[in-house]
Amino acid sequence: MSTTTVSQLDEVKTGPWDGGTSPVNVEYGKLMMWFFLLSDAFTFSAFLIYYGAQRFSKLSWPDPDEVFQSIPGITDHGAPLVFVGIMTFILIMSSVTMVLAVEAGHRNSKKEVVGWMIATIVGGFMFLGCQALEWSHLHHEGFWFASIPETYKGIDQVGALQFANLFFTITGFHGFHVFTGVLINIIILFMTLANVFEKRGTYLMVEKVGLYWHFVDLVWVFVFTFFYLV
Amino acid sequence: MSSTAIHHTLEHSGHGHDDHGHHHETFLTKYVFSQDHKMIAKQFLITGIIMGVIGMMLSIIFRIQLGWPDQSFPLLETFLGKWAEGGRIKPDFYLALVTIHGTIMVFFVLTAGLSGTFSNLLIPLQLGARDMASPFLNMLSYWFFLTACVIMMASFFVQSGPASAGWTIYPPLSAVPQAIPGSGTGMTLWLISMVFFIASSLMGALNYISTILNMRTKGMDMWKMPLTIWALFLTAILGVLSFPVLVAGVVLLIFDRSFGTSFYLSDLVIQGQIMPQQGGSPILFQHLFWFLGHPEVYIVIMPAMGIASEVMATNSRKPIFGYHAMVYSLIGITVLSFIVWGHHMFVTGMNPFLGGVFMITTLIIAVPSAVKSFNWLATIWRGNIRFTPAMMFAIGLVSFFISGGLTGIFLGNAALDINLHDTYFVVAHFHLVMGSAAICGMLCGVYHWFPKMFGRLMDEKLGYLHFWLTFIGAYLVFFPMHFMGLDGVPRRYYAFTEFEFMKEWLTVNTFVSWAAIIAALGQVAFLWNFFNSIFNGKKATQNPWESNTLEWTTPVERLHGNWPGEIPTVYRWPYDYSKPGHETDFIPQTTPFSETMSSNLPHDFEGNPEAERIQLEWNRKNEAEKV
Repeated sequence: MSTTTVSQLDEVKTGPWDGGTSPVNVEYGKLMMWFFLLSDAFTFSAFLIYYGAQRFSKLSWPDPDEVFQSIPGITDHGAPLVFVGIMTFILIMSSVTMVLAVEAGHRNSKKEVVGWMIATIVGGFMFLGCQALEWSHLHHEGFWFASIPETYKGIDQVGALQFANLFFTITGFHGFHVFTGVLINIIILFMTLANVFEKRGTYLMVEKVGLYWHFVDLVWVFVFTFFYLV
Repeated sequence: MSSTAIHHTLEHSGHGHDDHGHHHETFLTKYVFSQDHKMIAKQFLITGIIMGVIGMMLSIIFRIQLGWPDQSFPLLETFLGKWAEGGRIKPDFYLALVTIHGTIMVFFVLTAGLSGTFSNLLIPLQLGARDMASPFLNMLSYWFFLTACVIMMASFFVQSGPASAGWTIYPPLSAVPQAIPGSGTGMTLWLISMVFFIASSLMGALNYISTILNMRTKGMDMWKMPLTIWALFLTAILGVLSFPVLVAGVVLLIFDRSFGTSFYLSDLVIQGQIMPQQGGSPILFQHLFWFLGHPEVYIVIMPAMGIASEVMATNSRKPIFGYHAMVYSLIGITVLSFIVWGHHMFVTGMNPFLGGVFMITTLIIAVPSAVKSFNWLATIWRGNIRFTPAMMFAIGLVSFFISGGLTGIFLGNAALDINLHDTYFVVAHFHLVMGSAAICGMLCGVYHWFPKMFGRLMDEKLGYLHFWLTFIGAYLVFFPMHFMGLDGVPRRYYAFTEFEFMKEWLTVNTFVSWAAIIAALGQVAFLWNFFNSIFNGKKATQNPWESNTLEWTTPVERLHGNWPGEIPTVYRWPYDYSKPGHETDFIPQTTPFSETMSSNLPHDFEGNPEAERIQLEWNRKNEAEKV
């Protein structure tokens, strides 16, 4: 009996799912980020489904073209959705700069990563600033948590109240996400400047943070659609 | 790229235990801010046990009220002060007790205590990994959990008392501070605690999932994973997908409480005052809550199922019956758990058609549950059963799961639920099927893996005493409740003396309270056994239960990095017990097929014709030699 043939039985398979390797060839942190985003998507879905349930159960709902028609510092009315369009454009542009930062990271080009990260952070702050302006404008008009302008009377009152409640809660929750995203981006920027990734040999961290940033951007597309467009 | 994590941990422990002085561990890094998954598991377990004892004591206090509603117990006043003036529990405090009992047991003991302990302990050990994917996040997960525990307990020390709206915290009761004292600061603390808890469970779950996907050792494909790992894996997925919806629900509730919004409130009059909130709906909270709440009960029971499957196969000295069916039934339960939440809301005025849909999906869950039950029974059928305490608790789980599961079929029925909802029938049902069963699973795991955690064995005799007191006690407590429920006795009622039709149940309540007290005293046997055995227990051998899984190939000393040398390779599934032709009745997963020529079967080679040919050749040769 030759042992060489018998030991052939012990050959372990080496497919992607057979252990000893990552099946989808993804580093664990990235995997965690994906699952976290999935989880967060459920939170936002719950909010938006709640929004839908409220909106469909109300007889009237404020017209977004009327509510959002100012551009702070330029005009108080007559420009429906222009300002939010600018906000959305800024956020999407910051996603583009993030893509460029990730791409530069793939080439291990520290200088470019720094540049694009700064651009992304600036974009994030600009978005948050715009949101602050919009909130304060609405606040001046009489919208706030549990309060609406006098102009909504009778049958329109309940819908407007729920609109105000949901608008500030959901855009606030999204804004909180953008804010944390900006903070994380700043941390990553400083880590890049401190040569942490250069020493590590990979800019994978930038990619993981990028995933989060794109997700926040994607969520905004939905929030934008539900509150401003339909 | 993918291997950076693996390399990192490999280097970390490649120089094993030979050079002790290398990484110097202080008390703080070893026991407190530990990043070793085994230590974190023990932290989760001991915190879970402490919370479990607190939760149990709360239940004894309200059992005293239920059993002897007219009697005064001055001792209670000594401990509880104004909440038990004159030695009698106040109605408001009674509600706080049931609320915090439920919260602690469901979230802190059976979610974090159970999943947290055994995911942390078993995932790296049974998969052949040095540690979790992210040990740091793992440590954070425990500290967030502990913070949540402390905040929840702190609510006992505020003026208005702990949250009292039930563990389901339905608004408007929970949303309006004027509604009940507990909806003041106590409820705020409850919500803050839950935010920490969810963060902890999310960090844990992300870690468990990525460890299971990425860090299995060579040869450990998904179908060679022990059922414990499958159960913990699917539990983690459930947690990742269902807890975030509770986040949304809780955030909206916080806004209702603190910012005057009306997400869940409308048309309220409190003490003659019309509340300003308009337009919200408390039913929407229930949807958000139960979208978590129902998967949550599977988060509670699935790890227990996995543990019981593993322990029962080991101690029956038989392969688990229907391994694939066990996995698919777990997957089935996972998927179904997301589309049944409406059965908690049959009587909220739900459209009867929708109720019918939820009824059907609910009843379909009976199928995978029955698959599991029958497979467990078939596993012990004609096994060489070793009645270790762990095995007793595993059998206890099956018993509770069956007797509690059967009443689930009643309750899942939208028409019957009109009568049965919110009665003691429901209390009996879920305390058996997820309470007692999951606790049995948890205790089963503790007895079974105690040697892996502490290097010592627990005392068997005390284990048996603990088992019988718990098992019989739980049945005596919960079985009579079915009949109370059928008679229409509602849950959460403070005194049975106030309603004529409930008076006849007073004697039963006294009996139940006695049973609860005795069962609770039985836990002292466990506590003594557990804490004493950590220091004085009999030294364990490397593989005390003669088990197949990887954790028993690690040294008793429990190294940081788990294996002193290379991580073992896995050749076979974990259930080769009593394989015909082999000299011992177990073959560890690390034993290659070339060493077990006399017991190899064609299907072991997973359709590899070359391997089958070699085996056949060996068989022929061997037979010729015998002749």
